[in-house]
Amino acid sequence: MNTRQARLAGPAPYAAALVCLLLAWLVCYPLLMTLLEALGGPRAWTLGHLGDFIHRQDEWMALWRSLWISLASVVLAGAIGVPLAFLFERTEFPGRRFLGAVAALPVALPPLVGVIAFLFLYGESGFVSRAVQGLLHLQDPPWHLAGPGAVLLVHAYSMYVYFYLFVRAGLARQDAALLEAAASLGASRLRTLFTVTLPLLRPALGAAALLTFMTSLASFSAPYLFGGGFRVMTTQIVASKLNGELGLAQVETVMLAVLAILALAAMRRVEGSASAGGATGVRGIAPARRRLASPLARGTAFVLGWVMAAILLLPHAVLALISFVPPFTWTTETIPPVLDGRNWTALVTKPEHLRPVVNSLWMAVAATVLAVVLGLAAARLAAVRRRGFLAGALEWLIALPWAVPGTVFALALATAFGVSQPWLGRFVLIGTPWILPLAYLVRNLPLTGRGALAGLRGIDPALEEAAASLGADRWRRLGRIVLPLLRPALAAGAGLAFITALGDFVTSVVLYTYDTRPISIEILSSLRLQDLGMAAVYGVLLMTASTAAFLLWGRGEAR
Amino acid sequence: MPSFLILEGLDKSFGSQAVLRNLSLEVNAGEVLALLGPSGSGKTTALRLIAGFEVPDRGKILVGGEDVTALPPEKRHFGMVFQHYALFPHLNVRENVAFGLAGRKLSREETARKVADALALVELPGFEARRVGEISGGQQQRIALARALAPEPRVLLLDEPLSNLDPTLRERTRRELLRAVRRVGITTVLVTHEQEEAFHLGNRVAVLHGGVLHQVAAPEELYERPATRFVASFVGRASGLPGILTADGGVKIGDAIWKGLPAPDVGTAPGTPVELVVRPESLAFSSEGDPNALAGRVVERRYAGSMTFYAVDLAIGREVEVLAPANAAAEGDTVRVAPAPGGLPVRIFRTVPEVLQLEDNPAGPPHVP
Repeated sequence: MNTRQARLAGPAPYAAALVCLLLAWLVCYPLLMTLLEALGGPRAWTLGHLGDFIHRQDEWMALWRSLWISLASVVLAGAIGVPLAFLFERTEFPGRRFLGAVAALPVALPPLVGVIAFLFLYGESGFVSRAVQGLLHLQDPPWHLAGPGAVLLVHAYSMYVYFYLFVRAGLARQDAALLEAAASLGASRLRTLFTVTLPLLRPALGAAALLTFMTSLASFSAPYLFGGGFRVMTTQIVASKLNGELGLAQVETVMLAVLAILALAAMRRVEGSASAGGATGVRGIAPARRRLASPLARGTAFVLGWVMAAILLLPHAVLALISFVPPFTWTTETIPPVLDGRNWTALVTKPEHLRPVVNSLWMAVAATVLAVVLGLAAARLAAVRRRGFLAGALEWLIALPWAVPGTVFALALATAFGVSQPWLGRFVLIGTPWILPLAYLVRNLPLTGRGALAGLRGIDPALEEAAASLGADRWRRLGRIVLPLLRPALAAGAGLAFITALGDFVTSVVLYTYDTRPISIEILSSLRLQDLGMAAVYGVLLMTASTAAFLLWGRGEAR
Repeated sequence: MPSFLILEGLDKSFGSQAVLRNLSLEVNAGEVLALLGPSGSGKTTALRLIAGFEVPDRGKILVGGEDVTALPPEKRHFGMVFQHYALFPHLNVRENVAFGLAGRKLSREETARKVADALALVELPGFEARRVGEISGGQQQRIALARALAPEPRVLLLDEPLSNLDPTLRERTRRELLRAVRRVGITTVLVTHEQEEAFHLGNRVAVLHGGVLHQVAAPEELYERPATRFVASFVGRASGLPGILTADGGVKIGDAIWKGLPAPDVGTAPGTPVELVVRPESLAFSSEGDPNALAGRVVERRYAGSMTFYAVDLAIGREVEVLAPANAAAEGDTVRVAPAPGGLPVRIFRTVPEVLQLEDNPAGPPHVP
């Protein structure tokens, strides 16, 4: 009944308007400024930059590459994730539970960390390449980890998890009676798969495909480090900006933003149709897992499962190992000859090594705290108001930064806060310590805000009414009822927001200054200095933090 | 008795939909008033207006002489038991029951004593440390009552308090609820869509339909002298028969003339078309030769243990329900139907304005249980 929750909410309308305005200033305004300046506005309107974009072959190439890389990533991720989901959800074999959890691990690896782990493993001087080279006595490394192939490899590794998790959840929700009904009507297992199981999975497949598409569209670390001359839109934007062609970079940014927003709109439609045409109302019991009967099948599944686990865990393991390799001690050997804790000691003792960690920590904490407060405020206002313009606007505002690629936001913030026009709400923040926390805050809003909104919608409005009828005023209701009930959702959102900010590379690479350089930038410069050990140390830090937050998120979701 | 809670001309619309129209009610101190009506009748909205969760578009709410219309719920000092109880899942029973005592600056011992008293009242002493999730539905209902009563509210509001319990548990819990409420002697407003519940718990029952109050009365009066046709059909079972008042105080139905019926409230002018509303027990099967009986055929026989209901398709084109012994007739039998000897209650309504206006509801025909 949407007539409920009328009175209690009642924060004055100006509070909602204020939060809406603040969010608009943070989220929409920079994008709008970018669009205006891309067109030369407001002083010297021009289509020149747009013309540049249209007339340059390499721009169209970048756009095309972004598209086809994203589509190929969807296909590859689906090809890996869907069979794995069926294997772990529909069959039973020794070690299934553990391996099933391991299969979700890549999602917890920050993109840049995953990329450098791949570099350490499959790069020209990576472990696997060296091993193959040594085994076959080759003169040169067996392959080059570069170009679209390398980008796709990383994408497939990190994004199949979306298909894996979504399809597993979809399969777990299916009703065994449907399969039994199909069987009783004479359908073979294959026919049941294609006429019952897969059609029912359509919403899950659609959502996973779009999520993969958008993540891939926004992907920056892999094309930046492996792409070389193979530029996609995200790397093209950064390159244009570095070349000083800001106008062109702005047009590119607008193009990519439009693409992403179109994808978001498509995603909302998929979500909508999934919830509308969902189930028959009755939720049955998921089909029992099929125990693999023949010893051969069991053995195969067992071995394949562990091989898969090994492949998935290799990046983590290799990072940990290399973090113990002292600088410049490992040259041509297959296995590093020296292992000690020098890098780790250096991290704590040398201020210039500790600095990025401290930077990232305070900026991530500040951004997360603000994102939680602002996200919660926006979510509460959106949840308690009757569905109207303001509630819808708030919901869009907290969802938007999630859909728009980080590079786009970085450039938009650089545009909006690179000049001083206080009367227009524009201040020079570029080059100050405040721009990165601000960027992290904007990027974190969807994580905290959407989490809080979902949490709030899950709370029975009668609970707050009960508290009110027992004499609790607005603040006591918030403190005693809403916040405690929201804690899992808030903790999960804050955890994800924190690790995203801690490991952020995409926006940092555009906006950082030397004094505020975050961990990711330091990883990059360590790599440039051939100090692999230090890069790995930072990688291990981020990886550990992310895995911890991911586990916390899992617990929050489970409640 | 003095009226303690007074509703004066309450109007409430959601968007363009009027949910309550000009609702006025008075509840005496210590009285239990049941708001009875089908879903969509506005009874829950009325309760939420009293609680303060909604603001009326027009009208006033007075408690003990104080106008509380504009007062937010947390300042009204009313207790409420919610349909799904709304026990705070993250708090244990003690913390739930003590929640409303927070503003009272009580010592720890006083709070503990009040919690213990409230739990004793609902016959769940010693439940303080239990978690809400680990007690049964019936117990949750009683904890919710204890929580509402602990701060000694001025008015107790019950929103379908038993609808969430399975039928076997419902009657027992209802009796326990009534005992607790009577012991406290608190002014209570109860919302329900079940006539049996309203009759059992309410000293008086207010029947709502389509946002309009049809009648407020004690259960007996409601059943025997329903004020509108809707009340007659919603409260208990009833059939309708068209008739015309005759000069000698009878009613002509088809070719039959029924006499000795209660006088119609709508005047006795001969020739007035009326609608008779009859209870199954006011009708009986009559002998073959009775000229004032209506001919019909039994289309359904429903055996319900202590009684048997017969649906009879009358030759005049109406269907009535007759209560008769289990062996009185079989399906398909041709029978004759007449008023039962001493057959109260029958109500006679005019089929023109006044009453009709009240019932002329765009929501369609009243729902007959």
